[in-house]
Amino acid sequence: MEASVLHFFEWLWGPYWVTLWAWFKPVWPLIWVIVKIVVILVPLLLGVAYLTFWERKIIGWMQVRIGPNRVGPWGLLQPIADGMKLFFKEVLLPAKADPGLFFLAPALAMAPAVAIWAVVPFFEGGALANLDAGVLYLMAITSVGVYGVIIAGWASNSKYPFLGSMRSAAQMVSYEIAMGMALVCILMVSNSLNLSDIVRAQNRGMFADWGLGFLSWNWLPLLPMFVVYLVSGVAETNRAPFDVVEGESEIVAGHMVEYSGMAFAMFFLAEYANMILVSAMVSIFFLGGWLSPVGFLPDGILWLFAKMSVILFLFLWLRATFPRYRYDQIMRLGWKVFVPLCLLWIPVVGVWMMSPFNIWK
Amino acid sequence: MGARDLIQSFSLGELRQGLAVTLRYMFAPKITIQYPEEKTPMSNRFRGLHALRRYPNGEERCIACKLCEAVCPALAITIESAERDDGSRRTTRYDIDLTKCIFCGFCEEACPVDAIVETHIFEYHGETRGDLYYTKQMLLANGDRYEAEIAQARAQDAKFR
Repeated sequence: MEASVLHFFEWLWGPYWVTLWAWFKPVWPLIWVIVKIVVILVPLLLGVAYLTFWERKIIGWMQVRIGPNRVGPWGLLQPIADGMKLFFKEVLLPAKADPGLFFLAPALAMAPAVAIWAVVPFFEGGALANLDAGVLYLMAITSVGVYGVIIAGWASNSKYPFLGSMRSAAQMVSYEIAMGMALVCILMVSNSLNLSDIVRAQNRGMFADWGLGFLSWNWLPLLPMFVVYLVSGVAETNRAPFDVVEGESEIVAGHMVEYSGMAFAMFFLAEYANMILVSAMVSIFFLGGWLSPVGFLPDGILWLFAKMSVILFLFLWLRATFPRYRYDQIMRLGWKVFVPLCLLWIPVVGVWMMSPFNIWK
Repeated sequence: MGARDLIQSFSLGELRQGLAVTLRYMFAPKITIQYPEEKTPMSNRFRGLHALRRYPNGEERCIACKLCEAVCPALAITIESAERDDGSRRTTRYDIDLTKCIFCGFCEEACPVDAIVETHIFEYHGETRGDLYYTKQMLLANGDRYEAEIAQARAQDAKFR
């Protein structure tokens, strides 16, 4: 990729290329990384915009409505209109809020949601940074996400945001434990912390040899962990039915009450970017990432996008279907069901790997 | 708790049922009426914008009995009356403040001569508060403009009254 881009420029500038290259060579790695970041982020932000549109459409259809269809053909320009509206709205600062923290919070919510994409492998060798400790990076950065919400609630100096941030702190911390333990099983069976290796490890075994790769992905042998990770992912992104953080009928909008305009849009973007991220993570850890489900079709980035779309649809489907969990029930599910289940399943997987029936050799 | 219940519970049976319902409705025909292009059918008794009617010879029906003013629960109607040159009693002022009106239809019910009526017009607006203060001339103009529709709605409804 890099070589062919350079080759194209060499062809473009012909005889001047040698001089140009002499100037650009020292900064070229930086430019190339920035190009890659842009190539990842622009589709991500577009995806976020159209995820909001898609969500409104899907939930509309499930409620026997049509959904937005007025702005542009089939309503396709709706997210652009929403974005323009938020962009031009005034950003209000409450009189007793802490200005520094108040404006730090949306950035702190957005930054981790974007930063994690650095380690996501989109196709074979297609990660911005192919970290050997990719899973650790992932766990570390997702944990930072909770600070944006907590600081937002604290800096607003108002009751409901504070309640919302308290709830979110408890909820996100609890479900992170279940998520982490589900990941421990993944680490055990794939024997690596590198996300690309985790995907490759799913491409082996009896079914993969038969050309039925989707049966050898982690979701089947680790089915309980798959469910735990998926549900924890929903809870971690504060989506319905675990959206007590911003439950509009209880605490209006939680930590986002005092935010308006672009500051609010940042939280909004972060939430949807996190949804896309969780769907990517579920696809990579349990659904074989870029791997093709059957042997006769080639692997590729489109499979990853297809898997992510299915998970994202599931997110919206859940939101359209289930009523909000009560707060203590969320805590019970996290601590009394998911954590013990993970603690039980880790030794089960360990014994399985030590037994003659080990399928991950 | 029997084995069947356990299986139902651990396979998320009730959640799957709920998801099946929403998935089925996702493909169901949509019931949305796309308002400016499509409209729902409207009753003959629809209570919209007010109008003052006239007799076919052009004489205004209202005899200034003020029953509508008395019955109006929102006190939206203001009437002043005087004797006309031919000796009949007529209104000199008949105002309805549509910002007060609750469109209950009592004025229409109270009227002994079917003078004040509510039409099926509901797509109107005012850009300042004063625009929604309808005077006698405006109400009479409404009546003149929509007389055919008003008469038709009254005729269709007559056999049910």
